Amino acid sequence: MSTSTYNSGSDADQRRANRTKKRNAAEKRFQWYGRLSIAFGIACVLYLFTDIISKGIGAFTQTYINVEIEFDREMLRLGEAPTEKEIKAASFNSFFKKTLRAKFPEAQSRREKSQLYAMFSSDMPLILRNMVIEAPSILGTKQNVSMIADDDFDTFFKHTYGRDLNAEDRISRLSDFQESILGKLVDSGAVEKRFNTIFFTNADSREPELAGIRGAIVGSILTLLVTLILSFPIAVATAIYLEEFAPKNKITDFIEVNINNLAAVPSVIFGLLGLAMFINVFGLPRSIPLVGGLVLTLMTLPTIIISSRSAIKAVPPSIREAALGMGASKVQTVMHHVLPSAMPGMLTGTIIGMAQALGETAPLLMIGMVAFIVDVPGGISDPATVLPVQIFLWSDSPERAFVEKTSAAIMVLLTFLIIMNSLAVWLRKRLERRW
Amino acid sequence: MLDTAKETYQTAGEPFLDEPKMRVRNADVFYADKQAIFDVNIDIGKNEVISMIGPSGCGKSTFLRCLNRMNDTIDICRVTGELFLEDQDIYDRSIDVVELRARVGMVFQKPNPFPKSIYENVAYGARIHGLTDTKVELDELIEKSLHRCGLWNEVKDRLEEPATGLSGGQQQRLCIARAIAVNPEVILMDEPCSALDPIATATVEELIHELSENFTICIVTHSMQQAARVSSRTAYFHLGKLIEVNDTSKVFTNPEHQLTEEYITGRIG
Ligand SMILES: Nc1ncnc2c1ncn2[C@@H]1O[C@H](COP(=O)(O)OP(=O)(O)OP(=O)(O)O)[C@@H](O)[C@H]1O
Ligand SMILES: [Mg+2]
Repeated sequence: MSTSTYNSGSDADQRRANRTKKRNAAEKRFQWYGRLSIAFGIACVLYLFTDIISKGIGAFTQTYINVEIEFDREMLRLGEAPTEKEIKAASFNSFFKKTLRAKFPEAQSRREKSQLYAMFSSDMPLILRNMVIEAPSILGTKQNVSMIADDDFDTFFKHTYGRDLNAEDRISRLSDFQESILGKLVDSGAVEKRFNTIFFTNADSREPELAGIRGAIVGSILTLLVTLILSFPIAVATAIYLEEFAPKNKITDFIEVNINNLAAVPSVIFGLLGLAMFINVFGLPRSIPLVGGLVLTLMTLPTIIISSRSAIKAVPPSIREAALGMGASKVQTVMHHVLPSAMPGMLTGTIIGMAQALGETAPLLMIGMVAFIVDVPGGISDPATVLPVQIFLWSDSPERAFVEKTSAAIMVLLTFLIIMNSLAVWLRKRLERRW
Repeated sequence: MLDTAKETYQTAGEPFLDEPKMRVRNADVFYADKQAIFDVNIDIGKNEVISMIGPSGCGKSTFLRCLNRMNDTIDICRVTGELFLEDQDIYDRSIDVVELRARVGMVFQKPNPFPKSIYENVAYGARIHGLTDTKVELDELIEKSLHRCGLWNEVKDRLEEPATGLSGGQQQRLCIARAIAVNPEVILMDEPCSALDPIATATVEELIHELSENFTICIVTHSMQQAARVSSRTAYFHLGKLIEVNDTSKVFTNPEHQLTEEYITGRIG
């Protein structure tokens, strides 16, 4: 009995069956843990996306009010063939107001009148002036002009007008008088929603209806361009030297450890470094893409170096031997064989580093890229801001229209990031499939 | 120095020849401070196939890699002694290894074509050594090289396809074609068939046989049958020492040295 307990066949079978059951259960459980975490992740992403999209989608349309405007010479005090200078000197402001008063005689009191003007974008007189400068022949004629609605008008029309909402859900900063005018305008078919091109053609503005992300996009592109042009060659050269040429000794070990450490340094510290070095020591101006790019280069270098090194490490030594055995020099071996084989990995690392840089805010705040800039930058030495900083700036503004624009800008930023990451995946697939 | 424990020994058989292609005298090889090759003396004849056999780890590869200075690529490896290619000291300071490796080519154990097209693989040596001036010449050279390796008919329609898509045996023949395209004088082969099946092995052996008309071939092999089939002379290494060099038939039928006999009869393995 005492010896047979362990050996007896049926008992062993029983034990094995139990153990198998347990093992299978454990395996199932483990798979479920995995599935649950994935489900949780997807739920979070979905929530994030629906939240951002539902908040931001409105920013892609803009309300316009079609009004027939007579460019009356008398009112503008312009002669037959006015010069550009004369047009610029003409008071389009009072012309605009007079025209509006004539169109909407119901505005009686001073308050009503100023409320009437406030329903249109404050840039409208300027836009009318530019129309005249562009085509002076419209003077003396009647033109149908699509006027940009003020952001309060726009928000109200998009989110509240015509909907049966509870008082607390109504988003309205319009007065009763303004709402009545709006109602009339809608009834006459003058109000229309169109795709918001302003959002993509303008830089930042104090007026939400005129604020766009063009400036931030161009700023981001310029900054990333500087980053790419500097960091890719430096990182690749560093990686190649360390992997292929440097002797393995204490100094290279030290360098390696420090590169890995740098990759873990919080990005804001690179911003401080950039402030101290590029701005205070080298005297470069603040807020410019050049400095932003330099700072982001410092930040992305370790990432690209590390991924490039592992790409080089992954090149089989047999290829190096083959080349050396053919009489290729060390440099030829690297240039002809190691580098092309490692390139997909290097590019992937670079794009991921660039995507990181695109989303970076903190170091750029340090070097003053957080300024309010209304012009689209024309080069790397013009003051600029970048997309994530623009988002940061808008998210701080109280106007409802800026809340919308914040989410819309996030959508644009995410689109860029997704494009870059897909590009990395595509590039890797494409280059690797070739051989 | 490490030479304190240096013992001298006599290589059995006939290691020396008249008018050899390569001449090796008192060669020692160290990996850091561990000695892998001890005082090897041997001549390698013109257009002969010499095979190197011996138990694993005895230093066959190490010795072979001395002959075209592939050991230079290993930082810790140090070679001393005199090694001559005809009358040139190949470890002389004035020697350019690029030039040397063009004259002494190498084929490795695992087929290692470049991850490029078949054409580019064979063209590579010609390109880096500037052997041809025109595309036509290069095309001719490639066709000739592939022909000699019996690969032309198999690949002539797919020259632009990646070499990595070939079978193992084809890849190894491509590596041989790549080596002979630069027209070396000596070809070193380190177990060229150990990754191949018997049929591919037979093809490569056939090829070695044909190439021996024009090239000096040193082949390391684990297969005594292969050594017997392809080589005219055989060198037996044991623990870093060159024990015996003799005509292949003599080594396998009537070895002079005790250790050689024990190895070929399977008592050392
Ligand atoms: N790169 C290296 N670094 C240090 N020691 C090495 C190195 N390469 C080889 N050795 C040592 O040198 C000795 C000879 O090795 P070698 O590779 O020449 O043997 P081999 O005869 O070719 O063996 P095999 O038949 O298994 O290929 C071995 O003891 C090995 O451990
Ligand atoms: Mg070996």
